[in-house]
Amino acid sequence: MHRFANPTRFMRYSAAVLPWAAWATAVLIVIGLYLALFVAPPDYQQGESVRIMFVHVPAAWMALFVYTGMAAASAMALIWKHPLSDIAARASAPIGACFTVIALATGSLWGKPMWGAWWVWDARLTSMLVLLFLYLGYMALADAFDDPARGAKAAAILALVGFVNVPIIKFSVDWWNTLHQPASVIKMGGPAIHLSMLAPLLIMVAGFTAYYIAVLIMRMRTEIITAKLRSLQMSRSERQS
Amino acid sequence: MTAFWCLVRRDLRLAFRRGGDSVNVMIFFLLTITLFPFGVGPEQAILMRIAPGVIWVAALLAAMLSLDGLFRGDFDDGSLDLMILGPLPLEMIVLAKCLAHWLATGLPLVIVAPLLAVLLSMDGEGFTTLIGAMLLGTPILSLVGAIGAGLTVSLRGGGVLISLLVLPLYIPVLIFGVGAVDAAVYGLAARPHILILGAMLIAALPLCAWASAAALRLSVE
Repeated sequence: MHRFANPTRFMRYSAAVLPWAAWATAVLIVIGLYLALFVAPPDYQQGESVRIMFVHVPAAWMALFVYTGMAAASAMALIWKHPLSDIAARASAPIGACFTVIALATGSLWGKPMWGAWWVWDARLTSMLVLLFLYLGYMALADAFDDPARGAKAAAILALVGFVNVPIIKFSVDWWNTLHQPASVIKMGGPAIHLSMLAPLLIMVAGFTAYYIAVLIMRMRTEIITAKLRSLQMSRSERQS
Repeated sequence: MTAFWCLVRRDLRLAFRRGGDSVNVMIFFLLTITLFPFGVGPEQAILMRIAPGVIWVAALLAAMLSLDGLFRGDFDDGSLDLMILGPLPLEMIVLAKCLAHWLATGLPLVIVAPLLAVLLSMDGEGFTTLIGAMLLGTPILSLVGAIGAGLTVSLRGGGVLISLLVLPLYIPVLIFGVGAVDAAVYGLAARPHILILGAMLIAALPLCAWASAAALRLSVE
């Protein structure tokens, strides 16, 4: 793990991985969308509108996955003071927030024909909304400090507190009110979804994950280059004065 | 342990000599609840239905209002640095300050809550449950709030940011607090909700103290 603490080495490896991740994103999402929109059969109850699922479900999974990654990176930053994990956690937050917004927006579009309302105060929807607020709070706190290193550390503490709290919020909200269908892919006794729908769904999940990796690498590289640029400018102005 | 109680006594004495905080929080609590009959109309049936939720939401907001001052004064005049250098672990300092904060601002809310329940024509069964749930719930608000206060204490405009950080974390307390009172009003068992609130308080005591102490160490760097 500490092999990658060296920014130069990270820049070299990430430059090699980035095109693969970007191409994987493009190929997987094109195949996944083709299968989802043209090949997969319409649902016997929901008709064609079930196709929203192929964007909605991967986005919702990624929203949770990115938060988990952010919390793991924050823990690494606090425990081992790994310099890149701070950057990774901060770079993940806007991506995760975007996935959350996509999941909420597509869920709202799907809810209108199915439940007859753009928004219902259902457990899943509400806990996703709370997750969005956690992302927004994280980003606001990280940007509030003048010194980016302290901002990253404060945000790391908040990310871990939120990580402990997300399951609590999730379960409390579940008991509070529910209308959303229960999990149907990952459950005891195998998935309750036919292969013709499961395959495009999993391809879309892989595509979204590749997208996350590609954008994360891009954002981390930008962050490292910006930091380098800042220190160069500082040292130059010191020499001139 | 004496250092712990000294700190609690000092904070309480500061709070009462300054006088404002406890009274202001109570007035804010009363005022927020007074707004609801204006907002939703004075029909008793509606007020009775929303009373538990309204009282809890107002308590959440009132508790949040006083959070910014939890560490701010000690941070600004440097006492916090001295406390960190002292023999008492920072986690215990946080707990002492949370206890003092709860006694000064949380307990007054619990005391006036039954009065507000009468104003909102809540049923008699809800009273004792409301008090019990608030006795367990409001300390959690102080403890979780201490994390937000610790993270933002070194920031200039920290007050607004606290609400953004802390309110999402308050949601479980709200759900089970309202759940307990609702259950009692409708003649169901309030015990499970109360037990979960108690469990959350027990979990919050060490975890929040720990996280808040980490945040304070970062803030005084």
